[in-house]
Amino acid sequence: MSDRLRPTPGQTVGPFFHYALPFAGDSELVPPGRPDAIRLHGRVLDGQVAPLQDALVEIWQADPEGVVVQEPGSIHRDGWTFTGWGRAATDNTGRYSFTTLLPGATEPGAAPFFAVTVFARGLLNRLFTRAYVPGHPALVDDALLSSLDATRRQTLVAAADASGLEFDIHLQGDRETVFLTYPGH
Amino acid sequence: MTTPTLATQSAISDEIAEIAAGAVPGGQQPQLDYAPYRSSLLRHPTKDLQQVDPEGIELWAPCFGHQDVDPLEADLTIQHSGEPIGERITIAGRVVDGSSRPVAHQLVEIWQANAGGRYIHQRDQHPAPLDPNFTGAGRCLTDADGTYTFQTIKPGPYPWKNHRNAWRPAHVHFSLFGTDFTQRMITQMYFPGDPLFALDPIYQSITDQDDRDRLVATYDHDLTRPEWSTGYRWDIVLTGSHRTWMDDEDHT
Repeated sequence: MSDRLRPTPGQTVGPFFHYALPFAGDSELVPPGRPDAIRLHGRVLDGQVAPLQDALVEIWQADPEGVVVQEPGSIHRDGWTFTGWGRAATDNTGRYSFTTLLPGATEPGAAPFFAVTVFARGLLNRLFTRAYVPGHPALVDDALLSSLDATRRQTLVAAADASGLEFDIHLQGDRETVFLTYPGH
Repeated sequence: MTTPTLATQSAISDEIAEIAAGAVPGGQQPQLDYAPYRSSLLRHPTKDLQQVDPEGIELWAPCFGHQDVDPLEADLTIQHSGEPIGERITIAGRVVDGSSRPVAHQLVEIWQANAGGRYIHQRDQHPAPLDPNFTGAGRCLTDADGTYTFQTIKPGPYPWKNHRNAWRPAHVHFSLFGTDFTQRMITQMYFPGDPLFALDPIYQSITDQDDRDRLVATYDHDLTRPEWSTGYRWDIVLTGSHRTWMDDEDHT
């Protein structure tokens, strides 16, 4: 579309976002301890597999029934409303962690995933990726996953662990995560 | 291991000029692989971004409401008992998508250094004074027309350790959401005529001059308030929305 306006460019989040962007309950999409709560966690790593202590990860997801929630309340969480959005800064071991629910498929036959955004000092613009729920039968027919070779595909599928799902984000290197761009970017 | 010697400004400026001379117009900005910004060396993807059509959740954006953001959070000058030091300014503009549609009732977050160029963040070791009356973080929701307004003070430039005698041009960080997930972005707003623009590898990582200009606010006398504050206008264009819009959805 030629009448599209040119977008305003992004810039790095920089090193000094911690007093501005994180907020109480930012990474708790549901209260910890809720019976159906899972943990989605992992590390953000650089090209030498060193953890980033100053990265920020955001997730945006459907609820367990696959419903895309359009409810406010992500910043002022009331403990009951699932909004589908959360934010987590990495700690000094490069780890982020969300308490959330397992997303469902947004339509029949679709593979459920968390939409993920990554920001960091040293990263000049945000990166988008997907963390797919492992073991789902629709993974084999997913258009994005099918377009990738096995090594690259694996970077987009979270690993099940005792508390939920683990999803490491490699900005560079042999296990570099597949990052996404969308039409119009 | 020896500590690497920091590059000089002139060496960094040469690198910036060399990349600018070879830059291809158009394409995505900023560059992710931009060596003059040293922290990017190990933190930029080396493989091409994977083109994908947004699906499911990616066609929607999170919602924020008045329980999330108090209108007073848009005024960074009233968060403490006294007045912050510095030039009091208003920053206002519109957030629109790539088709000029307003991004209504959506979250805008900002953060910035104080007038002396110091962030309240504990990792900021610049020996400029902290201001007990200025934190430097604010939020607002855009109105039905996509307009946001912040009251704040003008941030100062500050030194950093990318290279020797490196200084960032004065800027305000902006965090923005659109009407779908793919429009999420964080950027920095600059002030007109800053002499540090040419020297700054973060600003220059946008290799196209027209695109760089999009990050610079303009002085707007209509936003200047008599006997109170000067005004800057900065409009923001997010990438195109991918959702099929309903007629009744534009202003809900």
